[in-house]
Amino acid sequence: MNDIVEKQKVVIKFAGDSGDGMQLVGNQFTYNTAHLGHDLATFPDFPAEIRAPQGTLAGVSGFQIHFGSVEIDTPGDVYDVLVVMNAAALKNNIKSTNSDTIIIADISGFDSKNLKLAGHLADDKPLDEIKEKVKVVYEIDITKLTSIALAESSIDAKDKDRCKNMFALGVVYWLYERDLDETIQYINEKFSKNSSLKDANILTLQKGFHFGETTEIFHNRFHVLKAKQQKGNYRGINGNEALGIALICAGAKSNLPLYFSTYPITPASDILHFLAKKEKEYHIKVFQAEDEISAISSAIGASFGGSLAVCSTSGPGMALKTEALGLAVSMELPLVVCNIQRAGPSTGMPTKTEQTDLLQAVYGRNGEAPLPVLAASSPSDCFYMTYEACRIAIEHMTPVILLSDLFLANGTEPWLYPKFEDLKPINNKKINSTQQEVFLPFSRDENLVRNWAIPGTKNLEHRIGGIEKQQDTGSVSYDGDNHQKMIQIRAEKVNKIAQFIPNQDVELGEKTGDIAIVGWGSTYGSIRTVTKELLNEDKSIAHIHIKYLHPFPSNLKELLSGYKKVLVAEINNGQLVKLIREQFLIDAIPFNQIKGQPIKVSDLKSEILKQLEEC
Amino acid sequence: MLDIEKNVLTSKDFESNQEIRWCPGCGDFAILKQLQNVLPTLGIPKENFVMVSGIGCSSRLPYYMNTYGMHTIHGRATAVATGLKLSRPDLSVWIITGDGDALSIGGNHLIHLLRRDIDVNILLFNNQIYGLTKGQFSPVSEQNKITKSSPNGTTDKPFNTLSLALGAGASFVARSLDREAKHLQEVLKSSHEYTGASFVEIYQNCHIFNDGAFDKYTDRKTRKNNVIFLEQNKPLIFGENNEFGIVLDGYKPKIVALDVNNSINNLFIHDKNDKLKAQILSNFSEFGLPEVFGVIYENSILKKLNTDFQSLENDTNAINLLISGNNSWRVL
Ligand code: SF4
Repeated sequence: MNDIVEKQKVVIKFAGDSGDGMQLVGNQFTYNTAHLGHDLATFPDFPAEIRAPQGTLAGVSGFQIHFGSVEIDTPGDVYDVLVVMNAAALKNNIKSTNSDTIIIADISGFDSKNLKLAGHLADDKPLDEIKEKVKVVYEIDITKLTSIALAESSIDAKDKDRCKNMFALGVVYWLYERDLDETIQYINEKFSKNSSLKDANILTLQKGFHFGETTEIFHNRFHVLKAKQQKGNYRGINGNEALGIALICAGAKSNLPLYFSTYPITPASDILHFLAKKEKEYHIKVFQAEDEISAISSAIGASFGGSLAVCSTSGPGMALKTEALGLAVSMELPLVVCNIQRAGPSTGMPTKTEQTDLLQAVYGRNGEAPLPVLAASSPSDCFYMTYEACRIAIEHMTPVILLSDLFLANGTEPWLYPKFEDLKPINNKKINSTQQEVFLPFSRDENLVRNWAIPGTKNLEHRIGGIEKQQDTGSVSYDGDNHQKMIQIRAEKVNKIAQFIPNQDVELGEKTGDIAIVGWGSTYGSIRTVTKELLNEDKSIAHIHIKYLHPFPSNLKELLSGYKKVLVAEINNGQLVKLIREQFLIDAIPFNQIKGQPIKVSDLKSEILKQLEEC
Repeated sequence: MLDIEKNVLTSKDFESNQEIRWCPGCGDFAILKQLQNVLPTLGIPKENFVMVSGIGCSSRLPYYMNTYGMHTIHGRATAVATGLKLSRPDLSVWIITGDGDALSIGGNHLIHLLRRDIDVNILLFNNQIYGLTKGQFSPVSEQNKITKSSPNGTTDKPFNTLSLALGAGASFVARSLDREAKHLQEVLKSSHEYTGASFVEIYQNCHIFNDGAFDKYTDRKTRKNNVIFLEQNKPLIFGENNEFGIVLDGYKPKIVALDVNNSINNLFIHDKNDKLKAQILSNFSEFGLPEVFGVIYENSILKKLNTDFQSLENDTNAINLLISGNNSWRVL
C-alpha cells in the first residue's frame, strides 16, 4: 500500500517535445483540478518556432500548474512533480527542481539519440546525475508501455507513439487520486469521428492510471483538500480570452458596435482567433489588417463612424502604431489599444514575458500626446481592466492603452465570473443634434470631454484631423497661444480621469509600515505570495498593485508616503519606479528581474528582507 | 428621402466656411469644384458623405467640403476609410489622396484596399511631384526629372498608376483631368455608382513645382493628338480631325491612319468590362500612344454589400453565455 500524503499546494510541470502533447495534458489536468474545487494558476510555455527540431532544447514545450487548498497566486517556482518525456525537457527544467521534487521520466526519451539532441555526450547519464540533487526519480519506459498497451490497436505506429502523453497523464492522475471520467469524456468528444484513435487514447490513459495502482514503484500518493472558495459560478479563463469577452461586453453595455482590427502577432493573436469565432454570433466586425498601421488606422476610421474600436498587438506592433495613436489623441476619438507585452527590444523573445512597454505607453509618441494607460494583473483581471479601458475611452473620448503580457495572456485561473447585468454602465458621448448655431465639435463638458457627432447625423457635419485645432471650433489653427491652450486642455482632460477611477487600495498589509512592495501587471502573483509569507513572519509589509498607471489614482502619493520604504518590483529595467520617482519625488527602490519569466518569489523575498534589515 | 426632395441640395451646400489655402492656379480648385457640383446630384443626404484624406496639398480638401471629413496622417487615408466603410456601409466614403500619399508612403494600404474591393471612391490627385513638402520627386515623377531632391535627375522609374491598380485587383479604374470639367464630373458619377473600390486617377497641375506637367493633354494645340477619351463600345480614335485610330496587332496596340485600308470597324473597341483590354490601355504611354481617359475598367459582376454588422441590442442572455463559457462549475 502506498501512503497518502496530505498536501496544501502542489506544483506540477509536464515537459516534453512540442510534438508530445504536453499542452493538451496540462489543460486536461487543469480542468480536472478546477472542477475539484482547488484554486490554481497555470503557465504554459512553448517554443517560438512552430516545429522546432524534435528532441532539442529549443523544441521543449511545457505546461506548469500550481494548485492547492489555499489561495494560489503564481504558477510556482519549484516543482513538486516534474514529468519529462525526453532528455531535453529534463535539462531545460533542472533549475526549478529541488531535493523534494519527484521526477517521472520516460526513459525512451533518454536513448543515445535523444541525449545527443539535448546536447549531452553519448556516455552522459543525466538521470543518474539528477539523483544527486533529487531524491525520487521514477524511470518508466512510457513509450514502450504505451506501445505494448496498444499492441492490438489498428492505429499506425506514429499515432500510437502520440498516445504516450495520455499514459503520463494517467500516472499523474493516479498520484493525485483523480477520477478519469472527465478526461475520457473529453477524448470521446475530441475523437468522435475516429473511434480507433478515441479507444487508443482512452486505453492508454487507463493503462497509465493502472500502472500507478499495480506497480509498487511509487512510494506515496497525494491528497489535496478543496480550496475555500467564495460561493458562486466559476470557469477557467486565460487573459486573452478574458480580454476578448470584455470587449464584447463593453460594446453591448455602451450600445456601440464593436470593431476589432489587428495584425497577427505573438502573443496577441489568440484574441483575434477568439473574436473571429464570435464575429457572426455577436455581430462584431473583425478585421485582419495588412499591417499594424492599417489595423489602428482602420480602427480610427471605425471610431469616427461611431464604433467601439479596438486593436490588439504586442511590442513591435505597438511601435508601429504610435503615429496613429497621436492622431487619435489629437482627434479625441475613443479607441482602445491592447498591448500584450513580450520580451523586447525589437523582435526580442516572442514567447517570453516582460513588462517593458510601460514608458512607451505613457510617453512614446511625438508631440505632447497624453493618454490613459491601464494594466491587468491576472488572467481574470484582463476582463475587468479591458472593460475599464473601454469605459474610459468611450466616456472620456480618448485613446486608451491597455497593457497585458504573455504570462497573463496564456495563463489560466479559475474565475468567479460576473453577470453582464452587474457590470458598470458605460455612457457614450454620441449626440443627435446641437443647441449651437454652428456646431462646435471641440466644445467640451465640465470634464473637458467633447461630444461624438457621427457621420449620418444631420446638421453636425464637421471635419477633424491631425492638424492643431482651434479651441471649440476645431478649425485648423497655427496660433501659438491656442496651441499651448490645446496642449493644456488635452493633458488636463486625461488628468481629470483620475476622478473617475477607484482610489488605490492596499492588496495586503496595512496602510502604513516599513515597506510597501509596489507592482503593476503580471507581477501581482509573485508579490502577493511574498507579502503573505512575510506578513506571516510578522514583518511590516504591504502589497500595493497599481492598475491605473496614467493618470495614477489621486490618493497614490499619500498612500506611498505612509511607508518607510517603497520597493517597485517589475519585469523590466525600472519603469514604474521612474514614474513614481518623477511624479511623487519618492525615493522608490527598483527591483528588476528580466528573464522572460515571472519574478521568482525567493529572489524578491531575499531583496525585501535585505531592505527590511536596513529599515 | 422625402426630406431630400423638398430641400434640393446645391453645390453651395457643400462649401465649408474655411478659407482655401491652395496656391492660386492650383489644379485642386477645379477638382474641388467638380466634387461640389457632383455630390448634390447623387440623391444622398449630405450628412452621409465622408471625405477622408491623408497628408499633402490635395489632402486638405476635406476642410473645404461642408460634409463629414477626416484629415488623417500620411498614407493612411485608405486604411482609415476602410475601417469607416466596413463599420458603416451606409455611408458614401470618398478618399482624397495624392501621388506621394497613395503611391509612396501609403502604397501598402492602397493595394490592399483594392484587393478587398471596399466600396469607397478613391480620388488620386496626381501632380507627379511633392507639393506640400516643396518640390521633391514622387514615385510617379518621370525618370531623369530634376527636382530639389534630384538635382542630377531622378534615376528611379515611375509607377504606372493604372497598371498598379489593375495588378492589385482593382475592380473599377478610371482616369480624368482637372481641366476637363465635364469629363471629370462624369467619371466622378460613374465612380460613385459603382459598388466596390473605385480608383480614379486625376491628373492635376501643380502650378508651383511641376507646372505644365500635363499640358500636352490639355493644351488646345496638342491635346487632340495626345488624348483618347474612352467611350464604352466605341472605337479608339483621335487626332485633330479624328483621322487616327488604334488597332490591336495581337496584344500590341498600334496607331493607324483611318483611310480606305483601315476602316473604323477594325479598330480597338473599348469594352470597360474586359480586363485584358484594360491592361493594354493602362500601358498606352509605354507604347508611345496617346494617353487614355475615362473608365478604363469596371468589373461587371454584381456585388452585395455586407450589412451584417450592427449595434448589438443588449442581448443579455447571449452575453452571459459568452461570459460563462460552456465549462463552468458552481462552488456551493
Ligand atoms: S504646391 Fe502645387 S499642388 Fe500644392 S497647392 Fe500649390 S500648386 Fe497646388
